[in-house]
Amino acid sequence: MPASPSHQTLSVLVENRTGVLARVSGMFARRGFNIISLAVAPTDDERFSRINLVIDVEDTSVEQITKQLFKLVHVVKISELHASDAVERELLMATVEARADQRGQVIELVGVFEGKIVDVGTNHLTVMLAGDPEKLDDFEDLLRLHGITELQRTGRVALPKLDRSAPPRLRAQGKAS
Amino acid sequence: MKLTGAQSLIKSLEMEQVEVVFGLPGGCILPAYDPILDSPIRHILVRHEQGAGHMAEGYAHVTGRPGVAMVTSGPAATNLVTPLCDAYMDSVPMIAITGQVSRPVIGTDGFQECDTVGITRSVTKHNELIMEPDDIPLLVRQAFRLATTGRPGPVLLDVPKDVLQAPAEWSWPGDEEVAASLPGYKPTAKGHPRMIKEAARLIAEARRPVIYAGGGILKSRAAEALRQLAERTGAPVVTTLMARGAFPDDHPLCLGMPGMHGNYTAITAMQKADLLIALGTRFDDRVTGKVGSFAPDAKVIHVDIDPAELGKIRQPDVPIVGDCRQVIGEMVRALEGTEPADLHDWKSQISGWQERFPLHYDAPAEGDALKPQYVMEVLRDSAPAGTILASGVGQHQMWASQYWRFTEPYTWVNSGGLGTMGFSIPAAIGAKVGRPDRTVWAVDGDGCFQMTAQELVTASSERIPIKVAILNNAYLGMVRQWQEMFYEERYSEVYLSPDLPDYVKWAEAMGCAGFRVESPEEVEPIIAKANSIDDRPVVIDFRTDAREKVFPMVPAGASNDDVVVHPAQKPGGERLVQ
Repeated sequence: MPASPSHQTLSVLVENRTGVLARVSGMFARRGFNIISLAVAPTDDERFSRINLVIDVEDTSVEQITKQLFKLVHVVKISELHASDAVERELLMATVEARADQRGQVIELVGVFEGKIVDVGTNHLTVMLAGDPEKLDDFEDLLRLHGITELQRTGRVALPKLDRSAPPRLRAQGKAS
Repeated sequence: MKLTGAQSLIKSLEMEQVEVVFGLPGGCILPAYDPILDSPIRHILVRHEQGAGHMAEGYAHVTGRPGVAMVTSGPAATNLVTPLCDAYMDSVPMIAITGQVSRPVIGTDGFQECDTVGITRSVTKHNELIMEPDDIPLLVRQAFRLATTGRPGPVLLDVPKDVLQAPAEWSWPGDEEVAASLPGYKPTAKGHPRMIKEAARLIAEARRPVIYAGGGILKSRAAEALRQLAERTGAPVVTTLMARGAFPDDHPLCLGMPGMHGNYTAITAMQKADLLIALGTRFDDRVTGKVGSFAPDAKVIHVDIDPAELGKIRQPDVPIVGDCRQVIGEMVRALEGTEPADLHDWKSQISGWQERFPLHYDAPAEGDALKPQYVMEVLRDSAPAGTILASGVGQHQMWASQYWRFTEPYTWVNSGGLGTMGFSIPAAIGAKVGRPDRTVWAVDGDGCFQMTAQELVTASSERIPIKVAILNNAYLGMVRQWQEMFYEERYSEVYLSPDLPDYVKWAEAMGCAGFRVESPEEVEPIIAKANSIDDRPVVIDFRTDAREKVFPMVPAGASNDDVVVHPAQKPGGERLVQ
């Protein structure tokens, strides 16, 4: 799973406060930085939430983005997660055309990818798959052959890989003004 | 102890040693205006909320303490957006308090409701909507801490009317509680020792160093440290528009202002430097010109309290995050025991430029209107010691910065980053309130004056005797200059008329003394008269020559190598690049 040089994941610990997501996304918009995907959820500590951002680093340096993020008072900690040092997961749900003559093939495809069928209609199936984002891309491409009528992906969440032999190359940066 | 939210707010401001609030009441902020009557805090009633914001800025510029502006919700809050953005761009510590509709009404498009926190998010260092009356003291303390520490800036508190009316528990939080309430805020003040050592090494090796001093020197109160560093290293110093006064203009190492309208020597010394010691500055486009060809041979030591400034525009060889005063002190100590480098050749090159390209303007021919530069020179030479100079934005601002002789810090108040026309009158009022012992002159253009002149009514009624010099050339002069130089003299929408309005009558109507000066012989006596008036504001309408342009000039987007000097200084004729 090689890291694509065009984007990078940031795991941003923020205070769990009203408007904090608007502060973060507003900063990206104002400075002309791009967010590719975003996932927000509370952490085990109710005072904090974690925002996982996949960012476009083709035109802007990660360093400048993290420094600008740190200027937001409610941002507490930022970890840069390189794809090779992180476990990344994302969830996909799709409603796919599955008339009687095609239904078997769709079910087979879901089985191969170890996904799930979560809803069944007369001519459609809603399927889901959780996994690493590249696997989801492949799944999506193959579903498209059958006809996708609705698709929703969550944006990725990530945690650093655990220490086995070498320490994880998780770069947590100190907070500044 | 139980108070109302409004009492808690005003008491919190008192606890923060606020001595003056600039503001204008209205519906939602009304409850906060009642306890003001019983408070030792002086309230200055402005005529437009933008004035309150710029006054708070002017006050902060000269005192170093945060200025406070308090206005109501909706249109009052939006009128405050320009000063907030101005303060954000120029890192001015400022507290804005806005009224908001009552909590149950928020989100329903109530009368005078607007999303103040949403609107001001990108022009404040931080802002908060206060939803719990008991939170007021802590949020006020947080606001002052954020506004004044790290990289200073404006902080806004939006307070719903019913929060001001509700009973509130009074408890003044201690330092630890404030720190714990801001888990993500820990500015770095002390420089990294290894980087300081590396900086000292580069300084010792440099043969053509220039100290590039920015507004951060003033914010960190590092003027004295800067002088020590300059004298210890012998490196010449340029002071940016935001740093005028941070290093004395009459010091032999001072090269003056760099940038688009800087001194030829300041601009060229940076271009030829082998080392830039950039202190509290952000490589603004008005200083660097075309970034790719800015100071091409220079290594860069960059010191700033805001880590995001390091490498934002120019990658430094030695980045140092920290407070300028501390870091400069550490650098001076790191240089102890080293021999200052021999900079003789560099100095003689510099004095060659200084001799050949001083600031220049042509003497007026018979019958010409006043030269604005001449007015600035007389204003400067007649100014009482310690005079504070404020300016608006445009040609007059550049002439003010070029022709004044700044000898001490905190005597220059201007809008650098945002370039806010109309800044000078309210900012001068704020400055005079902060330093009533000083003479305060506002140099203004006729275009700027018309944007905020109504605050002279505030100045008259509050007995704040500022002095205003309008360099009235009947044009939006800087725009006219660009149209002359870059748009083939096609003047589009820049003519304003010299006598509509009649500035003298207008000044008098606002309770000021008003004078008009049209001939060179009148300049000195009328300025002397203005300096002697102390019981009300003074406005002088100087009728100046509209043809005068600001030189030197680096055209926008051009390299600093292509600085255009005054035509009289160019043996090779015009070198205009567009």
